[in-house]
Amino acid sequence: MNTQNPNAPAAAVTYLIRNASILGRDTADLLIRGGLITAVGPALDAPEDAKVIDAAGLIALPGMVDLHTHLREPGREDAETVETGTRAAALGGFTAVHAMANSNPVADTAGVVEQVHSLGRRSGWVDVRPVGAVTVGLEGEQLAELGAMADSRARVRVFSDDGKCVSDPVLMRRALEYVKAFDGVIAQHAQEPRLTEGAQMNEGDVSAVLGLAGWPAVAEESIIARDVLLAQHTGSRLHVCHVSTAGSVEIIRWAKERGVRVTAEVTPHHLLLTDELVRSYDPVYKVNPPLRTAADVEALRRGLADGTIDIVGTDHAPHPSEHKECEWAQAAMGMTGLETALSVVQHTMIDTGMMDWEGFARVTSVTPAVIGAVETQGRPLAAGEPANVILVNPSARRTVDPNKMASKGRNSPFAGLELPGLVQATFFAGHPTVLDAALNTPHPVSTEESAWIA
Amino acid sequence: MRHLLSTRDLSRADALAILDTAEQMAAVSQREVKKLPALRGRTVVNLFFEDSTRTRISFEAAAKRLSADVINFSAKGSSVSKGESLKDTAQTLEAIGADAVVIRHGSSGAPARLAGSGWINAAVLNAGDGTHEHPTQALLDAFTMRRHWAKLHGTASTGTDLTGMHVVIVGDVLHSRVARSDLWLLRTLGATVTLVAPPTLLPFGVESWPCEVSYDLDAALETGPDAVMMLRVQGERMQSAFFPSVREYSRRWGFDDVRLDRLDTLGLKDTILLHPGPMNRGLEISSRAADSPRATILEQVSNGVSVRMAALYLLLSGENTPAGTATLENSQ
Repeated sequence: MNTQNPNAPAAAVTYLIRNASILGRDTADLLIRGGLITAVGPALDAPEDAKVIDAAGLIALPGMVDLHTHLREPGREDAETVETGTRAAALGGFTAVHAMANSNPVADTAGVVEQVHSLGRRSGWVDVRPVGAVTVGLEGEQLAELGAMADSRARVRVFSDDGKCVSDPVLMRRALEYVKAFDGVIAQHAQEPRLTEGAQMNEGDVSAVLGLAGWPAVAEESIIARDVLLAQHTGSRLHVCHVSTAGSVEIIRWAKERGVRVTAEVTPHHLLLTDELVRSYDPVYKVNPPLRTAADVEALRRGLADGTIDIVGTDHAPHPSEHKECEWAQAAMGMTGLETALSVVQHTMIDTGMMDWEGFARVTSVTPAVIGAVETQGRPLAAGEPANVILVNPSARRTVDPNKMASKGRNSPFAGLELPGLVQATFFAGHPTVLDAALNTPHPVSTEESAWIA
Repeated sequence: MRHLLSTRDLSRADALAILDTAEQMAAVSQREVKKLPALRGRTVVNLFFEDSTRTRISFEAAAKRLSADVINFSAKGSSVSKGESLKDTAQTLEAIGADAVVIRHGSSGAPARLAGSGWINAAVLNAGDGTHEHPTQALLDAFTMRRHWAKLHGTASTGTDLTGMHVVIVGDVLHSRVARSDLWLLRTLGATVTLVAPPTLLPFGVESWPCEVSYDLDAALETGPDAVMMLRVQGERMQSAFFPSVREYSRRWGFDDVRLDRLDTLGLKDTILLHPGPMNRGLEISSRAADSPRATILEQVSNGVSVRMAALYLLLSGENTPAGTATLENSQ
């Protein structure tokens, strides 16, 4: 194996993908060898040792890159581990995930991010990119050692206190400025804390009737407005996590028109679900930021289609069942998303005609890789590029069953819904982690990983 | 109707069936022997996660008058305070053989969760959940108003609704489960409702609710309401800037002696004054108002037992229901 460049390991097997529709357009063959795409074109000659995969009717896309995943390890291995979370990711069509920093201990030191990075390497299902905390312990008081995390073996470029907002304007300003030293980005969880004390759901007609404390749109929008102005003032890169309101889309559009270096993310659940579901008081619909109204859903879809919102991030947040089988107010916030993201985005954006598959690749792979500075991901499907490729059957339909998921989390808000799209195969660095819509094997380099991290 | 969780999803027929049955139950309470054998051998659990002596003893009296066995389960000092989940508590009650669970809980939706989760087969009665609903309080309020309204019109209560009645509800609507349950039920029964509160204590989007909204209690009284419902206000709300001081609240939104006298000046001799209790005398209601002949506060308490008897009876008595409650049984 190649320890000098573990991102391009020598996968032993050659694969020839026949008749895939590249980004949903022209049909071509793809030859994968040694971790790379070595040829793309019609009717390629099959090398003698090649495994041939018939991809007629399937769409070839770059492997999806999630900028927002909660893998829960270290600390809450009952909810998810790097192993189970990355299996879920591979099944969902991802070849890279960014592991959020709110583990226990918090990923606020080089040691913790290197641990998560190593666990990801050992698992071998996807590229695990740790996100570093902005502040020590996510407490919002003192900057974490961002430089040490950036320089660590995990090469952290995305920093976030996700789950908590960096609400102190001075701290946010300094963080934005500081990460310019290594082209980092601050991914903000935009939530004004005082306006959302005890908040349980979107503040609106439904919360008024249900008697649940409201999480007003203005609590998100006021922080985004402040942050885009700070980003403009400092010239820094700002990423806005899980945008959930129509007003936020307007503010980000305004900022982009002024050249502010801001990118924005929307979750699959905010593209599909509304606060009407909370009428059931079923905590599977409890999430932060909360499900909003149909008008917000419409604005988010339009924002994603016109590029105001740059990417889809899952905010995959698995929880043990006892944290959801309880009263609404006592329940944990969050929903799983890795294994349903593609289907929900196809359903909400592609099957509605708002976006094509090239647009899908842009928002789920190309742009998230650019924001996260992951050079080997989100690349064109062309000869010489890293072989992070997925094959998608867009005409398949399935009923979502959380009990069949690889994630430990059973808290999928899409349970029971029939959704389109199926990830038939996932190639991670040239190796099929998923074949025939089922887990295959982790990347072979991972078995050797433990030897050199020990 | 298998459960009684809210008044919002209670049909007019269901509401009238409960109120009419409550009239029969009230007659029982007038007897020397205040007891019916209707629920003999059935077990009613009062599951109270919040302290509420008034509501608990009202439900207890109601169940006992129907000859049910009553178990009082207070979360304080129980396994719940040791971290037992609602699910485990519910399944324990199920294993004990509870036929009905009367639940009071600080979290909105906890009764709905209990009823809809499959943890338990017992009938669930919401005895107040967070800032969501308190349906039996609304039913006893409506029962009290209906008796007043029927008496004014020289008709029998049974079978009538509140068409034409105008009710003003005053106070902390935002945090009040009583206000919500009252509004939905009064509307279903044909009354018109005006909510009066400081703007800070009205729910977001209240303008879409089926009622008038006013910030001015005096202006609302000038419209000549038939009933005024004063809501309890927690003095500690001012710490969260909902109002500047208890005295300012009392001056602007309290039912004080001046406003009591104004009802006479306005010629509103038949306007009644309700309060769900417990009262903060001198804050949202003056002592003279609370003790005046207009006040129906103690009537509400005794009517509460009748209404809760009716609810328990209709939920637990299965096929053996009196005529006229078929719709109640068949709904949902």
